[in-house]
Amino acid sequence: MLKDQDRIFQNLYNDKGSDVSSSKERGDWVNTKEITDKGRDWIINEIKESQLRGRGGAGFPTGLKWSFAPKEVGSRPHYLVINGDESEPGTCKDRDILRFEPHKLIEGCLIASYAVQAHVCYIYIRGEYFVDGQKLQAAIDEAYEKKLLGKNAAGTGWDLDIYIHYGAGAYICGEETALLESIEGKKGQPRLKPPFPALIGLYGCPTIINNVETIAVVPTILRRGGKWFASLGREKNTGTKIFCISGNVNTPCNVEEEMNIPLKELIEVHAGGVIGGWENLQAVIPGGSSMPLIPKEKCETLTMDFDSLMAEKSGLGTAGIVVINKDQDIIKCMARIARFYKHESCGQCTPCREGSGWMWRMLERMANGDATKDEVDMLGDVTNQIAGHTICAFGEGSSWPVQGLLRHFKKEIEKRNNLDPVVQKKNNIPYLVDQHLLDKKNA
Amino acid sequence: MSLRRPAKDQPESFEFNASSLEAANVIVTKYPKGKQQSAVMSLLYIAQKQNNNWIPLAAMKYIAKFLDMPYIKVYEVATFYTMYNLAPVGKYLVQVCTTTPCMIRGANQLVEACKEKISENECELSNDKSCSWMEVECLGACVNAPMMQINDDYYEDLDKQKTLDILDKILNGETPKPGSYRGRVNNEPENNRKTLMDLKNA
Repeated sequence: MLKDQDRIFQNLYNDKGSDVSSSKERGDWVNTKEITDKGRDWIINEIKESQLRGRGGAGFPTGLKWSFAPKEVGSRPHYLVINGDESEPGTCKDRDILRFEPHKLIEGCLIASYAVQAHVCYIYIRGEYFVDGQKLQAAIDEAYEKKLLGKNAAGTGWDLDIYIHYGAGAYICGEETALLESIEGKKGQPRLKPPFPALIGLYGCPTIINNVETIAVVPTILRRGGKWFASLGREKNTGTKIFCISGNVNTPCNVEEEMNIPLKELIEVHAGGVIGGWENLQAVIPGGSSMPLIPKEKCETLTMDFDSLMAEKSGLGTAGIVVINKDQDIIKCMARIARFYKHESCGQCTPCREGSGWMWRMLERMANGDATKDEVDMLGDVTNQIAGHTICAFGEGSSWPVQGLLRHFKKEIEKRNNLDPVVQKKNNIPYLVDQHLLDKKNA
Repeated sequence: MSLRRPAKDQPESFEFNASSLEAANVIVTKYPKGKQQSAVMSLLYIAQKQNNNWIPLAAMKYIAKFLDMPYIKVYEVATFYTMYNLAPVGKYLVQVCTTTPCMIRGANQLVEACKEKISENECELSNDKSCSWMEVECLGACVNAPMMQINDDYYEDLDKQKTLDILDKILNGETPKPGSYRGRVNNEPENNRKTLMDLKNA
């Protein structure tokens, strides 16, 4: 288990309080000026050395992302945008940062803004987190009052204004370009890339977009050194991560742990074990609903980091672990996730808009045992028609969980659904009526 | 995508009251000059708060004029995002999360409780017109499942009886205390905490 002094979010459970003075006791805001005085290149290099990867799901190296920002500010200002549109089912880590560690985030915003030369930072928070957003707003107001923001923020000589922008219940706005559209006051429909936001982003200006957790760990990394962060976890999967363990466990919780921690340790030690015992485990969704599930056999030895989950054809995503035990109907669980994606598709690309509905309806039928044998393969075909054929990664996100189900639980589906498609035997199901066969029969 | 239609009965006109107007003017200053369209989401939210939890078409027209943008653009935004209610929902809007993490911990019991106390169908006003309920997608409090949101507040770690009690309170016009209903502190593992113990005991 990670040592307590290596935990970045000391106030994850709000033992102390989230105001400036108690945050200072935890080391926030102590020597912000010393950090910025070392210069942009030092900051970006230190982040590169820490091998910090984005915590929002895709796992893009943060230092590299920052280095894409233009070196000189031209006629267009630079922006920093923080993505707090946490909507992935199974994930609730950013909420705790917003309400309990707001000053880690605000200080991170200042340092990141300095590194990418932005004077304005927007924090996009999902609309449902209104109360938590108000807590962040109170922290921002306090920071202005203490001169930690505004002109010459925290004595660094850098001017920074932070504004909160609330979303209004659209999952797709967690996609970075959809988020920019949303801030611009439009429907949250993703943009084609390239051009990438680092060059043409918010209002057509260079924009760096990072997840809440990514930015909130930056000040601690710079204080304790990139080497310290890189010493945790393993090569290319370094540092600590907040894991959200939900579903059929005895004590669901959020916990900060080292990367590459065994999944079994997370579930057994922190989450109090699977309800009904480890033997009762059916499957685990390792990284939020868009990541393919992993069956029990593999959970024994699985370690939680980007690359080891990739090797299992899944992904770390947002590290929202959903534990599903044998009391649940796995097909129904996935059908519900498919319904989520059907509801949240933005409607811009046809494969996703139509396909997400198909997947949902087929899975609902399969859960009830109303599907035919060939529909199982047809469902796999539909997922392949969606993934990779859409503007944003939502297409993959919606089809991966279904592909995961087909990969690991195909037998279960086939066992339940063995209707014969031939019309003579079962012609009371309207969508199964094959006109050719009917014609033949009547001929 | 979800299908969303404005209500049939629409008020003739809409205007911000003094406090809404003040809030709206502050929000517009958050964005660069000429980019006031960015404020449309917040303004719709303000309009919704002012107008008893829903947005009439007149409010969209008013906001379009206010921000100097085409009405259709406001309409697009209002119909795209699901938190804007296009029809009356009552003073208390109960949103029950039924996505998988909540579903496998028994969100259907919360739905049953809503059906018993509020109305048989989703998005239908209760008898006294003060309250309605709906199933929503993940509200981002998965480790506190099952949970529901009433207006801005989260009610976590529920079961059927606790939900019935909460609904009784709101139907009586009271505001129940938000947060966990199993007495746990925030997102810590219940009676099983193994980290940051020095801080907890300090």
